[in-house]
Amino acid sequence: MVRLDKPAEESAQSEAPALPVPGFRIDKRAADAIVWLLLLTMPFWLNWIGGYTQLGTRVVILALAAMSLNFLLGYTGVLSFGHAAYFGLGGYGVGLTLKYLVPNTLVGMGVGIVAAIVAAAIIGALIVRLRGIYFAMVTIAFGQVFYFIAYRWNNVTGGDDGLSGWHRLPINLGFTQIDILHNKLAFYYVVLFCFAVSVGIMALLLRSPFGRTLLAIRENERRARFLGIPVDRHIWLSWLISCTFCSLAGTLYALLNNFSDPHDLHWEQSGNFVIMAVLGGMRSFWGPLIGAGIFIVLEDYISSRTENWESFIGLFFVLVVLFFPRGVLGVIRRRTTQ
Amino acid sequence: MSLLQVENVSKRFGDLVAVDGVSMTVETGELRAVIGPNGAGKTTFFNLISGFLTPSSGRIIFDGEDVTKLLPAWRVWRGIARTFQITEVFPELTTRENLRIAVEVASGYRLKTWLSRDADGEVRARVTDLLDMGGLADKADRLVGEMSHGDQRATEIMMALALKPRLLLLDEPTAGMGDQETYDITQLIRKLHRDQNQTIVLIEHDMRVVFHLADRIMVLAEGAMLAEGTPNEIAKDDAVQAAYLGKAA
Ligand SMILES: Nc1ncnc2c1ncn2[C@@H]1O[C@H](COP(=O)(O)OP(=O)(O)OP(=O)(O)O)[C@@H](O)[C@H]1O
Ligand SMILES: [Mg+2]
Repeated sequence: MVRLDKPAEESAQSEAPALPVPGFRIDKRAADAIVWLLLLTMPFWLNWIGGYTQLGTRVVILALAAMSLNFLLGYTGVLSFGHAAYFGLGGYGVGLTLKYLVPNTLVGMGVGIVAAIVAAAIIGALIVRLRGIYFAMVTIAFGQVFYFIAYRWNNVTGGDDGLSGWHRLPINLGFTQIDILHNKLAFYYVVLFCFAVSVGIMALLLRSPFGRTLLAIRENERRARFLGIPVDRHIWLSWLISCTFCSLAGTLYALLNNFSDPHDLHWEQSGNFVIMAVLGGMRSFWGPLIGAGIFIVLEDYISSRTENWESFIGLFFVLVVLFFPRGVLGVIRRRTTQ
Repeated sequence: MSLLQVENVSKRFGDLVAVDGVSMTVETGELRAVIGPNGAGKTTFFNLISGFLTPSSGRIIFDGEDVTKLLPAWRVWRGIARTFQITEVFPELTTRENLRIAVEVASGYRLKTWLSRDADGEVRARVTDLLDMGGLADKADRLVGEMSHGDQRATEIMMALALKPRLLLLDEPTAGMGDQETYDITQLIRKLHRDQNQTIVLIEHDMRVVFHLADRIMVLAEGAMLAEGTPNEIAKDDAVQAAYLGKAA
């Protein structure tokens, strides 16, 4: 199992002062409340500080992808460098459905997610015995297969240019209609709703006995195995859950852009998810959200000034990993517990 | 019927025969010690019983069932739990969480324990019991990775016990411990054996511990069984004296 934040002394320091559990709980609840409050009001304050609603929507969508990845990385201890495949499958699923099959946003999302689940279930079963860097490498390899299919299958997927010529459609709930096409605010809140449901499910799973077996696997696979935990099966489940929510994020991202981008399938995109998770702190639940926020704001800001903004992100990432191996939230948390 | 029957098992690593045609029968409620010089094959022998390794030849029968080829988790479900010579715990979780995971796994980590308050209460109560029994109550909320070596080993033993094993394998439970810790662990093992009729096989270098605890002792040397018998018989055995105890003394 790859543990990116391995150094034992470092971890000992950061969580050393045997946390008085009740106090910690309250802190955590307060943090949750603040996060939700900020997310709920984001479209309003974002405009004051020079952002715009779609930027907020992007942050929430990519945060969902990064948090999904972190379910596997931070809480199961398994590094995937191929999550873009499922993100992109979601995106192409919804795009292809809306363009060629059914003019219904929800059906499109369903198709995208189911396609990703099927792919993840099969690929997961093939690779679940691998560990550490071997697992990561094979996830890249499988991910690139989808990238090349999208890239080469020109007449269906649009090839290198991506799949355009379609757009998201208002969601019809029967009793009412949500115009996510023209109303940016409505789309933001639909995205936030999907985010909330996904993140809520992941949080519940992590607090369940099943979730604790994932922590057990992350902490010590041998001990987990000799407690009678079917390790491979649980890693497969964690992978599947992670890929499922990542594909949901992928469908939302394509809907946001009205476009399915082959780059969303590319391993660079997978790398970006990993960067977001590690940047924000992969041992904290909200870490990847913070990481996604920083990543996207930096991208937005720097890319308007220089061509090679990715080098800057890369540099920033290296600095964070070197000096704050527990990510941004890890640092804040240490400050507040001292 | 005996709880565990190991029949003529061998394990080869290339040219090295780490375990060489060893047989052993353990009855329910027995406390068996396995002793022998470094590199005698004791840990390898445990690895064969627990499923960490599969034997090159021979059979392992647990409660009448041939488990020779079963995966580790399956043997755990049948009631074989173990600790390791080098402590294996969940370092970045608290003692309570470590034990909680073991208790939940033992109860089948069912949805019920998560949803129902009663079931959750049972799990908590069991964790508290185990913390008390292992002398870990005041360290319940510390990260295991930060505790003393002795406390980490105690945690690991309690995790194995949380599984309510029918056979408990302990690989050098007192290794690297101070006198007080060794005494505490010895008392704990004795209590398990005496009061709860727990079947235990333990590997141990500390002869005080071995002769204090064991019903029967098996001596391994260079992979093969050198002698087997009660502590008295082993103490008098010439071959053992020559090969092992003589050297140690
Ligand atoms: N996985 C393995 N691959 C190769 N050789 C091994 C392996 N495991 C053990 N051995 C070798 O088998 C022999 C027996 O080792 P084992 O660990 O079983 O001894 P032991 O009796 O437990 O010794 P100690 O008292 O030092 O713990 C040693 O020579 C060891 O080097
Ligand atoms: Mg050994």
